[in-house]
Amino acid sequence: MTTPRTLLTVALIAVGAFFLLVGTVGLLRLPDVYNRMHATSKATTLGASSILLAGFVHFGPQGAGLVSLVGIVFLFLTAPTGAHLISRSAQRMGVDFAGGGRWPGGESDDVDDPTD
Amino acid sequence: MSSPLLDAAVTGGLLVVAFVTLLSGYRVVVGPTTPDRVVGLDTIGTNVVAVAVLYAVGTGRGLFVEVALVLAIIGFISTIAVAQYLTEGDIIT
Repeated sequence: MTTPRTLLTVALIAVGAFFLLVGTVGLLRLPDVYNRMHATSKATTLGASSILLAGFVHFGPQGAGLVSLVGIVFLFLTAPTGAHLISRSAQRMGVDFAGGGRWPGGESDDVDDPTD
Repeated sequence: MSSPLLDAAVTGGLLVVAFVTLLSGYRVVVGPTTPDRVVGLDTIGTNVVAVAVLYAVGTGRGLFVEVALVLAIIGFISTIAVAQYLTEGDIIT
């Protein structure tokens, strides 16, 4: 028994697993903490939201399906906030860019670099 | 109510997400700076949310979607707490 609802759920699960894989490849391969955060905070959020949308399609518009929609809204609100906070603390700690990039105000020059 | 296609998709998705979570652990262990480790832990938290939702879809028990929501909240609060600790040297000032 293959209904359109099942097909849509399977497609959303496949898309979500693909984006989670892309986010982790970025987390492992990119050169510094800002690039890694760029990879994980967008691709991983999109993957988890797609899997939550698959949960909404599977469970229907009441009960657990509505909780899935609330989870999507919550992820889209909190993942950029968390990534911003981590990158701000990395900048305060003086983590430098890969390849010798600089902050516009040159702020990373007068902070001790923990990676040296 | 569960078709073989959906079961196969959920099992494959669980395998992929579990493998990806394991790979994120590499960044947590090896990451050269502390923010790298925090980013890895944040990624693991998001992946565990996806695992909980996939388990809910696979077993048909909607309770695990709420487990996923609570895990997302806990991951967000822990990320904020660690970022605050790295910046200020203390969590509650």
